[in-house]
Amino acid sequence: MTEMVYGAVAAKPGEPLLPRWWRTIDRWSLGAVAGLFLVGLMLGLAASPPLAARNGLDPFYYVFRQGLFGTLALGVMVLVSMMSPTEIRRKAVLGFLAATVALALLPVLGTDFGKGATRWYSLGFASVQPSEFLKPTFVAFAAWMMAGSYDQSGPPGRTLSFIVAVLLTLMLALQPDFGQASLILATWALMYFVAGASILLLLVVAFGVLGAGLFAYANSEHVAGRIDGFLSPDIDPRTQIGFATNAIQEGGIFGVGVGEGTVKWSLPDAHTDFIIAVAAEEYGLLICLLIIALFSIVVIRSLIRLLRERDPFVRLAGTGLAVVFGMQALINLGVAVRLLPAKGMTLPFISYGGSSLVAAGISLGMLLALTRERPQDHLSEIIGRGR
Amino acid sequence: MTPRRPLRPLARVFSARARGENPDDIEAEERAARLRARHRAERLKAEHRLLLLAATFVLAFGTVAARMSVLAASDPEEPRVTAAEQRIVAQRADIVDRNGAILATNLMTASLYAQPHEMVDRVAAAAGLARIFPDLDEAELLKQFSGKRKFLWVQRTMSPEQQQAVMDLGEPGLKFGPREMRLYPNGRLAAHILGGYGFGREGVHAAEVIGSAGVEREFDAFLRDPANGGQPLRLSIDLSVQAAVERVLAGGMQLMNAKGAAAVLMEARTGKIVAMASLPDFDPNQRPLPPTQGDPSDSPLFNRAAQGVYELGSTFKIFTVAQALETGIATPDTIVDTSGPLTWGRFRIRDFRNYGPFLTLSDVIVKSSNVGTARVAMELGAERQKAFLGSLGFFEPVPITLPEASKSKPLFPPRWSEISTMTISYGHGLAVTPLHLASGYASVVNGGLRVRPTLLADTPAPTDADRVISTETSRKIRQMLRAVVERGTATMADVEGYRVGGKTGTADKPKRTGGYSENKVISTFAAVFPADDPEYVLTVSLDEPEDRSGREPRRTAGWTAAPVAAEVIRRIAPLMNMRPLPKETPEDALTVRTGN
Repeated sequence: MTEMVYGAVAAKPGEPLLPRWWRTIDRWSLGAVAGLFLVGLMLGLAASPPLAARNGLDPFYYVFRQGLFGTLALGVMVLVSMMSPTEIRRKAVLGFLAATVALALLPVLGTDFGKGATRWYSLGFASVQPSEFLKPTFVAFAAWMMAGSYDQSGPPGRTLSFIVAVLLTLMLALQPDFGQASLILATWALMYFVAGASILLLLVVAFGVLGAGLFAYANSEHVAGRIDGFLSPDIDPRTQIGFATNAIQEGGIFGVGVGEGTVKWSLPDAHTDFIIAVAAEEYGLLICLLIIALFSIVVIRSLIRLLRERDPFVRLAGTGLAVVFGMQALINLGVAVRLLPAKGMTLPFISYGGSSLVAAGISLGMLLALTRERPQDHLSEIIGRGR
Repeated sequence: MTPRRPLRPLARVFSARARGENPDDIEAEERAARLRARHRAERLKAEHRLLLLAATFVLAFGTVAARMSVLAASDPEEPRVTAAEQRIVAQRADIVDRNGAILATNLMTASLYAQPHEMVDRVAAAAGLARIFPDLDEAELLKQFSGKRKFLWVQRTMSPEQQQAVMDLGEPGLKFGPREMRLYPNGRLAAHILGGYGFGREGVHAAEVIGSAGVEREFDAFLRDPANGGQPLRLSIDLSVQAAVERVLAGGMQLMNAKGAAAVLMEARTGKIVAMASLPDFDPNQRPLPPTQGDPSDSPLFNRAAQGVYELGSTFKIFTVAQALETGIATPDTIVDTSGPLTWGRFRIRDFRNYGPFLTLSDVIVKSSNVGTARVAMELGAERQKAFLGSLGFFEPVPITLPEASKSKPLFPPRWSEISTMTISYGHGLAVTPLHLASGYASVVNGGLRVRPTLLADTPAPTDADRVISTETSRKIRQMLRAVVERGTATMADVEGYRVGGKTGTADKPKRTGGYSENKVISTFAAVFPADDPEYVLTVSLDEPEDRSGREPRRTAGWTAAPVAAEVIRRIAPLMNMRPLPKETPEDALTVRTGN
């Protein structure tokens, strides 16, 4: 029996894979991601030569690597976006288990690259940060769990996913990597919010996070310094924030000109966490607004498309992925313009970083796959809605 | 809103049963409908929440965009130092003399640092700097500039001309920071008192100035304390008197072919030091480094007046005599056996000349008889002698506010034997600083109150609690000291109108290998003036002097230190507002006598 569906053209049996993909994918988001990648490559041209010079490498070494990994990431993204939600769920959950094991083994096998936190595996040609891969796969896992609890005799998925989220948060906080830890927890909370959590419970979680923050403030000089620096009305111009603020102001609307910027020489993280400052200084406000627009296109369009989604797993996983992507961008940008206290967070698809690029490719590929148009509502429900 | 459904559709179940159908289908259908309804409700809820989430993201991205626009539209501020930085307090209080004349102050100059990564031409920069600053090495500079460091100091302070020359190099990688440096406008004057300075914590915008020696070090905390509000440190030094003392002393040292000299001028009643000089000296603006070889006491940095301990010879006899008078075992007219030599074990004590078998106690001082003094000391005994010298402070470092002096402990024999008693009575076997000597003289001539030397202008005078001898003894001592100048060993020290009194002392220098040198002496003259009611005590010490004007070299203090001291007094007395006393004519003496 042929089901009557609403919201999409019915799948034509025997239609080739690529045309169907192109027909059903969210082409706006796809274009925005490609745009982000191109902008990232362009900014890498400006921001990474100082780093290359510092490490005694060819000036465009990092740009070349960014191009290489970016192309790889885009390829992965397209491949992943061709999968069905079920395939995504299965592979992501397996990936989640692998990433968790990798995270757990970090204290034994990882390196800290002299930065005081053991977050990386060194593979020789590249370094891999398991937490980057953990985020999208955790989202899929949590969505699977929560969706399970929709079934009449399903598992208590919300509780299970919460326990897992807290465990992961603790593991990340112990590295220490408070940024990723809070990102994981916040993502879970927002997914739970969409999954119909009671507001009271969310408030409790919010207060818990606040308490953890206060604990960190009281017990870590590092964290306390960041917070104090944010709260004090004066910008200390010798900090990265000070340089970033100054760079945005220097840039104005049209920027000081390509290659004319100076902030990239002063900022140690010019090519990663503070790439937006380089962009603002050299290309001006316009490119920053373009970057913000591209990020919001991906996030907002994905959320809007998920409104109509019938399958709870797709809805929740899509929400989680979009939210992780959006929050990461927001935190990075918010720090640069001093809306948030200083916290190292890469700008997805724009900041330099091999494994972070590939992870972003996977994560956006999943998001694109989940937001593809597919048969949705039963006719009866359409009618039922009309009542 | 879905209407309420009963838990089980009993009405339909009953009718189905009546119709003979299986009611389970109906129940299953009912359950499915209920589940669908729940899902629909949940989806609806999720839809609302997703919308809310999307709206939040729109708001958040909008906020960031707006904030960035505001920032981009505002004018950039130059990075500047904010209150968050821990400031280095650079302001250091001035040091002034008793009249407020500046001895040490601060000068704003520039420091030079390099940021090699901003340099245009490192080779040219290194060459230019080496040309401007002769003490910099071009190759070394170039090596530093080519290294990995992004910041390095080139020059701590520089003159405005040098700063201009560096600016003319036009090298953007060379930068200036303001730098306060210490300036001693009087150059070498009072160098040993002031000491010197160095830089402590350094920042680009300021550096701590820290005293490294002398008063600068002793009062470092006071000078750096911002709570004093820039109030200067006032010393008891008189700059013009200090200048005159140093000038005359330098001339005397040259004339007497001495290798070093020291002078202390002290207020007799209070112990305030008006001038203190040690030669050779140095310029505290370019304080030399401490010598790494040779005798540190020959270094210009060495303060002979407050730091060096010497056996000061016959000047000590006055303390023995003072004690004899004070204890009442003798009067100035008591006859003392001076037949020599005095033998004690294998030691023989003899006089410079044979003064005959008997002298009065006064003449023992006037003629400076070692034998007579030693006999008086034997009469007093070791214990009493030790106690008296101790009460004058000869066994501990002089309590003056100089870090160098506080380490100069006098040298005295650990076992105070009889021979020690005898030699110490005329100033051998006990080594003290000239500052000790000056304060000892001040204590016995000012009426008998022990003074403690000080460099600070505001110091209380000693009270009756500090009494060491009676005013009567003190008066007799003054008469004896005046007699030494009138008709004794120090006739060359007389300065008309100022009634100088004093005592010479010529001590053989101990050899490093042990024993005493034959022809190397420390000659000292301790002067008090005016002798009737002394206002000032002056000690002049010459290290290895030799007056070669006569047929044979003369080294005794009466020929070397005494005339230098006289010249000092002649020069400084008018500076200190002292009026010369009227001449003592024979008629005056007659009038006085008949008046009696």
